[in-house]
Amino acid sequence: MLDFTPHQKADAQPPGQFYAVGGAPLCVRQKGLSVPSDTVEDDWGVLILKVRDNQDKAAFAALFRHFAPRIKGFLMKSGASASLAEECAQDVMATLWQKAHLFDPTRASAATWIFTIARNRRIDALRKSRRPEPEDLPWGPEAEPDQQDALELSQDTERLGAALALLPEKQRQLIERAYFGDLTHSEIAAETGLPLGTIKSRIRLALERLRHKMS
Amino acid sequence: MTIRHHISDQLLMGYSAGQLPEAFNLVVAVHLSMCDDCKSRLGAFDAVGGALMDDCDVAMAGDSLAATMDRLTRTTPAVPRRASSVLPSPLMDYIGGDLDAVKWRSIGMGVRQAILPTEKGATARLLYIPAGQKVPDHGHRGTELTLVLQGAFRDETDRFGPGDLEIADEDLNHQPIAEAGADCICLAATDAPLRFNGVLQRLAQPFFRI
Repeated sequence: MLDFTPHQKADAQPPGQFYAVGGAPLCVRQKGLSVPSDTVEDDWGVLILKVRDNQDKAAFAALFRHFAPRIKGFLMKSGASASLAEECAQDVMATLWQKAHLFDPTRASAATWIFTIARNRRIDALRKSRRPEPEDLPWGPEAEPDQQDALELSQDTERLGAALALLPEKQRQLIERAYFGDLTHSEIAAETGLPLGTIKSRIRLALERLRHKMS
Repeated sequence: MTIRHHISDQLLMGYSAGQLPEAFNLVVAVHLSMCDDCKSRLGAFDAVGGALMDDCDVAMAGDSLAATMDRLTRTTPAVPRRASSVLPSPLMDYIGGDLDAVKWRSIGMGVRQAILPTEKGATARLLYIPAGQKVPDHGHRGTELTLVLQGAFRDETDRFGPGDLEIADEDLNHQPIAEAGADCICLAATDAPLRFNGVLQRLAQPFFRI
């Protein structure tokens, strides 16, 4: 496999600096999860945990500024009008606030988790049908996410984004068409050429640990 | 439970992308509830969706952050859905209860079915096949997903036990037989009518929506 270096967009800087005072290294402490911000590639996940634990509106605003425009763009590329996409993007962000307790950074990065909420909102808005979701493993008080696992998954997801950007145009378009709704399920070609194996193994391990903690 | 037959990459990606008909989504969600391996694979496909969304930046309306802030409400976390010995929770949502709440209808030879309410385009049904019973042999005009919830069946391709998913398409003609010992309960979804080889079954087809 190629060694992809994670790239960062100008507007995708880690938001930790919002909260650092006087340039001192910031350590965000959560219930059972502490992540020093200067070692994290992408700590949007930490902001979701701040929303969950402290109902932190500044963290929510930072998440909104980054993700709402992307949710809106995703919905427009999927066929929604600008006004419907705007409305749904706001709904998705409100859902994030409401369902922050379901976010598990060892099984999904912030972007991945928000994508699943946006996708479900799209099915609801454009198809007006229900979306059955798998039974989930609940977090007990003893089963807090492991910060190292969360960090590694976040880095793998960064690498996936970088690999996606480097795909041949034709291959990338095929994936986009699947996710933006241009293809029926029988037209979807699941061979992506993307490094999905490491992310899969990472999530598998997180599920095993969770089941072990619950038993 | 050892699951040997899993969701294909194509179906998982379709589920992640939100492109499957509701009846297929249901079968996939129920298998995922029983299978950590497929759940992890789905997580990887969801990550692709997240990465694609990252490139979709479109400006929001000027007042949208304030408008959203104004409507933030906190609901208390939902009580975990009750566990059942046979049925995973997404299926119970569609039945409106556990197995004892299923409204079975006989379709002949001891086989019973219950059609679940989903959007048009594909049909989801529960099938109850008595131990040792054969299902009429049939082919497929589209895709048929069959997920075993209890018991087991065999057909020309293999044995399917609890949690196993059989994906049948136009190329497969099969005659499933429930294994002796335990009655077999399956969740099945089709996006086109089956192609029965028997005349009687063909006549009964519209009536049973199969």
